[in-house]
Amino acid sequence: MSSIKEHFEIPAKLKTWAFALIGVGLVALIIGFITKGRGTEEEQAVFIGTIMYNTIFWTLVTNASMFFICVTTLAMGGWQQSFRRIPEAISTMVPIFGSITVAVLLFVVFSGNHHIYHWLDTNAVANDEILKGKSGFLNVKFFTIWTLLAVGLWSLLGWRMRQISSEADAAAFNGETGTSFIWRNTVRAALFTVWFALTVGSTVPWLWLMSLDAHWYSTMYSWYTFASSFVSGMSLIALWVIYMKNKGYLEYTNQEHLHDLGKFMFAFSIFWTYLWFSQYMLIWYSNQPEETLYFKHRVQGPYKGIFFLNLIINFICPLLILMKSSAKRNYTMVTFMAVLIIFGHWIDFYQMVMGSISKEVVTLGWLDFGILSLFVGLMIFFVAKALAKKPLIVKYHPFLKESIIHHT
Amino acid sequence: MAKKKFVVGCFDDEATLFPAVKKVRTAGYKIHDVYTPFAVHGLDHALGLRETSLHTAGFIYGITGTSTALGCISWILSYDWPLNIGGKPHFALPAWIPITFELTVLFAAVGMVLTFCYLCQLSPFIKKHHFHARATDDLFVMVIETTDKTNVDDLTSFLSNAGAVETDVQIAEAGWWLGRYDKDEVPFQNKIVAA
Repeated sequence: MSSIKEHFEIPAKLKTWAFALIGVGLVALIIGFITKGRGTEEEQAVFIGTIMYNTIFWTLVTNASMFFICVTTLAMGGWQQSFRRIPEAISTMVPIFGSITVAVLLFVVFSGNHHIYHWLDTNAVANDEILKGKSGFLNVKFFTIWTLLAVGLWSLLGWRMRQISSEADAAAFNGETGTSFIWRNTVRAALFTVWFALTVGSTVPWLWLMSLDAHWYSTMYSWYTFASSFVSGMSLIALWVIYMKNKGYLEYTNQEHLHDLGKFMFAFSIFWTYLWFSQYMLIWYSNQPEETLYFKHRVQGPYKGIFFLNLIINFICPLLILMKSSAKRNYTMVTFMAVLIIFGHWIDFYQMVMGSISKEVVTLGWLDFGILSLFVGLMIFFVAKALAKKPLIVKYHPFLKESIIHHT
Repeated sequence: MAKKKFVVGCFDDEATLFPAVKKVRTAGYKIHDVYTPFAVHGLDHALGLRETSLHTAGFIYGITGTSTALGCISWILSYDWPLNIGGKPHFALPAWIPITFELTVLFAAVGMVLTFCYLCQLSPFIKKHHFHARATDDLFVMVIETTDKTNVDDLTSFLSNAGAVETDVQIAEAGWWLGRYDKDEVPFQNKIVAA
């Protein structure tokens, strides 16, 4: 173990890049606020909506890391132990991005911005049978409580998972303490997973995203959002793993682990497409006006290009490029695909949110990329900080050996 | 295929099998195959076998299925016999995707199973020589092909030294053949002799 580089020292270059990205993002945010944030209500809605989909996207993507840890823990997986500190570090972003999300969403709800959430308009709700029927769920009180609970419990339960993982740094386990360690891991992972299912798997996408089209609903929507965030989350883990390998860390992680990460990226791209198609095809087939309203301006309107670009980036590219096992074992190829997938799903979130807020005009421009760079910069900076805090290898984890000899 | 002379070495542990494979290969002998009771991870690398092309075959079968489905349905429903189904366009691509998907999977799956059987020489009505019955139970059976110049006694003792618990020399058919009986066996011969 003595030859292993356990402690990550943040390279100066990484910090420079992170600060540059944050700087660009802040400039974009300020210019955006001056040019759009103080304009008409529609312009304000576009400005806030742009921040909103970015913060929701990055919260869900970083939260997917913790979900990955919990699910592999519940499945008694051993292969991820050699690099598990990376998803752990990424998941420390949940409280940070989560607070931004809560702040933005609560600002929208309490300022009563009905250009973003139509159900905030009390007059409209009073005269609308459909919205009246949904008002038990779509109201300010429930939205606020559930949003706070969701982000709070993701942070808390995730923190408890990271907490117990530190026990494996201290001292070796014997049969009894090892069993108890695994059992407590399982319980904590199960708690997180159940809460994850109740939030990301169902209610949170309904509240945060689907209610942008207050009249519309789709049973596929939450799974679709989950698939989008999970496949981007796996790509983000892969990117960090490759970065750390390039810097000479993570000696126990090799192509076998990369292959499995690549499989996750490939499989969940297909899963995302399956949900995309199931949602689209049923609505296209039954052709009910109240259902097709979501797709009308996306498939036939100004969002047509983005809508199908989304499908090409997130389905055709992973399908054809990541299909071969040699591509999944190739560091360059996985890096390229991970960046492409994260970008593709960011575009997906863009059209999910802005396609509803600004139906007539595609707003994609400097503000979107500026806010994106703000979030990427924050993510790079804080993840690197979290990585430097703990040893990179869970030295005494009972399953570590399984990861070292991992073979696909 | 012709009959060949094989030297068979049986090992009772993976841990002795792997170094033995390495020794036999570096000594320059040609390993015909290794028969194991279960799939042994990494044995294919140790034997120096090339990556299988089964997945490439699977991709080609899948593409065949996709194009068969799309070609067939689009020709029938938009050219040969267009029907008005619920006012949908004749070229109703989203409605065809599920069938296209099914046919892709069907072609890929059936094609790959048949190709796999062919590559492994597994099939009904086919027989192959078994070098050791316990290869299906608890022995790792390494079969080495010999030539006229091979010193069989040397090779046998070489295998024993490498950790083989049992060695054997067999003259056997290398490939598969059609039929229910062993190549040399004359059916019902024993019965006739007994009578």
